[in-house]
Amino acid sequence: MFDLTGKRALVTGASGGIGSAIAKALHAQGAEVALHGTRREKLDALAAELGARAHVTPADLSDLDAVEALPKAAAEAMGGVDILVNNAGITRDQLALRMKPEDWQAVFRVNLDAAFLLSRGVLRTMMKARWGRIVNIASIVGTTGNAGQANYAATKAGLVAMSKSLAQEVANRGITVNAVAPGFVKSDMTDALSDEQKAALAGQIPAGRLGTGDDVAAAVVYLASTEAAWVTGQTLHVNGGMAMV
Amino acid sequence: MSDISDRVKKIVIEHLGVEDAKVTEEASFIDDLGADSLDTVELVMAFEEEFGIEIPDDAAEKIQTVKDAISYIQENAS
Repeated sequence: MFDLTGKRALVTGASGGIGSAIAKALHAQGAEVALHGTRREKLDALAAELGARAHVTPADLSDLDAVEALPKAAAEAMGGVDILVNNAGITRDQLALRMKPEDWQAVFRVNLDAAFLLSRGVLRTMMKARWGRIVNIASIVGTTGNAGQANYAATKAGLVAMSKSLAQEVANRGITVNAVAPGFVKSDMTDALSDEQKAALAGQIPAGRLGTGDDVAAAVVYLASTEAAWVTGQTLHVNGGMAMV
Repeated sequence: MSDISDRVKKIVIEHLGVEDAKVTEEASFIDDLGADSLDTVELVMAFEEEFGIEIPDDAAEKIQTVKDAISYIQENAS
């Protein structure tokens, strides 16, 4: 099950913890992968680790021209794109009263605008192929909200609504569009927290631990698979039970 | 010119799976041939590929009948 041999996947934000885990997991199932990110050396290292069937396609997702060019670059490298994982995301956390319009817009530009444009960019060939998978990485805060993350949470809720709308448009063409909403996942950010802070975080999670990139990647592999053909417009919450929605 | 007409009709017949006789020049993709809005987008994509042209979105929206497609391609295909 979940064999992705012959499928070509573009993963954005693959230089990050969750993104690299997703790329590795898709690759392990047999997919060819295009690794997008902004940190070229990290992408090169990941591509070297994966060996065959891995390409590096860096782009600045805050630049609209670069966003439009990315699906083309990935298609040139792999001959097409069958699976798109919109994982790239940034934060500009600040209490709303102190949040600058630029902080709001920068997060929207990368997290939501780019995800839409990339989805649009790959849909044409997916429609022709009558097969495609788009998986948008949302977040638990898109459902629960989070103080200091009005911008980030709004983009993540936006990704979920966008997924549902796109899913309805292309469902009868063999294309599914779903979201995965991770909870607290171990990252460079959480590594920087003190042990007390980490324990406090884990205490909010019934499973008793932070998530890993692999926890999230497994959900992405499922939604990207042929077996998940009848699952579309859904949000799969991967959060150790922290929020059951 | 009739070549363009034949090629357009062939694409419409194949894509929408309709009988040849129904695909008259006056036929509307949506009203007469049972296309949905996504079908019309796909038809435009197929025309672009067949004739090696790019049909901008505002022009694509106006292509609603077989004749609209033939006329646009006659005017814009090299």
